[in-house]
Amino acid sequence: MFNKKLVIAGLIIFVGIITFPFWFNQAKVIAPPEVKLTERAKEAKECVLPDKLKMRGEHMQLLDVWRGTVVREGNRKYVGTNGKEYEMSLSNTCLDCHSNKADFCDKCHEYASVDPYCWDCHIDNPKETK
Amino acid sequence: MNINYLASLIAVIVLFLLAYVGVEAAGLRYFFGVLLPYLAVIIFIVGFVKKIVGWAKTPVPFPIPTTCGQQETLSWIKPAKIDNPTTGFGVFVRMLLEILFFRSLFRNTKMELREGDKLSYEWEKWLWLFALAFHYSFLTVLLRHLRFFLEPVPGCVKFLESMDGFLQIGLPGIMISGILLLAALLFLLLRRIFIPQIRYISLASDYFPLFLIMGIAITGILMRYFIRVDIAGIKELTIGLVTFHPIIPDGIGGLFYVHLFFVSVFIAYFPFSKLMHAGGIFMSPTRNLTTNTRATRHINPWNYDVKVHTYEEYEDEFREKMIGAGLPVEKES
Ligand code: HEC
Ligand code: HEC
Ligand code: HEC
Ligand code: HEM
Repeated sequence: MFNKKLVIAGLIIFVGIITFPFWFNQAKVIAPPEVKLTERAKEAKECVLPDKLKMRGEHMQLLDVWRGTVVREGNRKYVGTNGKEYEMSLSNTCLDCHSNKADFCDKCHEYASVDPYCWDCHIDNPKETK
Repeated sequence: MNINYLASLIAVIVLFLLAYVGVEAAGLRYFFGVLLPYLAVIIFIVGFVKKIVGWAKTPVPFPIPTTCGQQETLSWIKPAKIDNPTTGFGVFVRMLLEILFFRSLFRNTKMELREGDKLSYEWEKWLWLFALAFHYSFLTVLLRHLRFFLEPVPGCVKFLESMDGFLQIGLPGIMISGILLLAALLFLLLRRIFIPQIRYISLASDYFPLFLIMGIAITGILMRYFIRVDIAGIKELTIGLVTFHPIIPDGIGGLFYVHLFFVSVFIAYFPFSKLMHAGGIFMSPTRNLTTNTRATRHINPWNYDVKVHTYEEYEDEFREKMIGAGLPVEKES
């Protein structure tokens, strides 16, 4: 009961689906996004967490802690591991140094396919610079 | 304690250690991050195709579809067109429903002695429910993972992500499918461990895939919610893999390589294990044949060509002697 045509067609479809990511990208060289630092950030040299890799991976967890601390405990002061003091604020602190949101946050998020809903409420460009 | 699940659990723990120590201590990033995944994909595709071709070449001596309804017969008896399909279209619909909704599992019943010696049958739907939850959450997680492999990420993947994360709990937001996947796996595992009849028929090859997929899900959940990794860096690696420009970015933790190693083992093991039911369902003669058993004569394709001597020929040969001996014959001359 072996229907040659059906089986071969099925196998071709199967291999096509499995290898979809390979031919979707067509073996192009796809460069990772280069995020730009503003002058203000360059001056500061360090982010809120001095470890850049930690910042790349854990900034959303930090923001979650900030949000909880401000909204639930009313405490707006954050002392970083480097001893510096920051105001815990998404728009006023993060976007103070990273005021180039489109070239910084958004660029990386687009690459990683995340779309934070924060900007429904928070001002996303208090003083945007390019 | 049972050697079958203990051995499987230990095997998965050993795999974990292999990848973790291999990357963190021995620095075999290129091996675990590039070579093994490529090798696993090749084994998966070649193994899968070979298995299917092998099954396709296996003759099916008899039409053996299982039926769950009235076969087509006299015009005034209503046939079950899908549960006892006599047409190709009926088979197609039946296969589609089987694959998408696991209908035969839905009919699962449990037999039990109650109050001493009373035999009872009960409709057992939990296996069906959790099997469905498991497969669909697995599919959703897999499709969401396409964001690591496609650039630009298509809108449908983003949409799936937003639906999956619509609870918006915590940062990074909880993905329902990941949690559901682990919960369903846990049910499927506990079922095998705690129900005596099922434990009795469960082998290491039943537990190992469960533990392995649990390992994949647990390392994934750890990476997302607890031990954060650099996702942008990981995407560089995965995009490198699918564009054949492999690179190993710095600063990716051992946990990611464990996740990737588990996945490599999973797909390389796939064609040689019970996991092949994914392809096997399409090749099942009990499902994919029409039930035209009374309308058409089916001949076993590997019937041996037996030399037959029919009664007619026998009578032709011995007619005169038979008549002479007074035996009855069908034809007089
Ligand atoms: C005082 C200025 C300053 C503030 C405030 C600040 N950053 Fe930074 N940020 C920097 C600098 C400088 C770097 C580059 C660090 C490096 O290269 O080591 C950086 C790097 C980063 C990176 C890594 C980018 C990369 O190169 O991959 C992320 C992500 C980031 N910041 C997010 C945030 C978030 C989220 C906040 C708010 C919680 C924040 N930053 C607040 C100055 C700042
Ligand atoms: C429904 C609207 C809304 C959304 C969506 C929202 N926030 Fe907020 N957020 C608020 C309000 C209101 C406050 C309180 C402002 C205050 O007291 O200064 C706040 C405060 C905060 C604070 C501390 C104060 C400040 O100035 O930033 C942080 C940090 C924060 N939110 C982060 C986030 C992040 C990260 C997201 C996205 C994941 C987010 N929020 C999404 C409404 C929202
Ligand atoms: C180096 C790349 C990078 C940069 C730069 C970056 N992010 Fe992210 N961000 C990510 C990645 C990757 C995720 C998603 C992680 C995941 O899916 O587990 C993320 C997630 C988030 C989330 C949680 C979204 C969710 O719904 O889960 C928030 C909020 C966030 N980033 C805020 C920011 C802000 C604000 C900035 C700019 C100041 C910023 N990020 C800059 C890479 C980056
Ligand atoms: C080569 C293939 C794979 C790669 C490169 C990969 C990579 C990753 C990464 C980087 C994360 C963290 C996601 C985040 O933080 O947002 C993750 C999470 C996860 N992975 Fe994988 N993965 C792969 C295959 C799989 C497979 C086959 C499964 C099994 C279904 C799986 C199940 C999970 C789960 C359940 C999570 C938890 C978070 C979520 O639900 O998205 N992964 N994976």
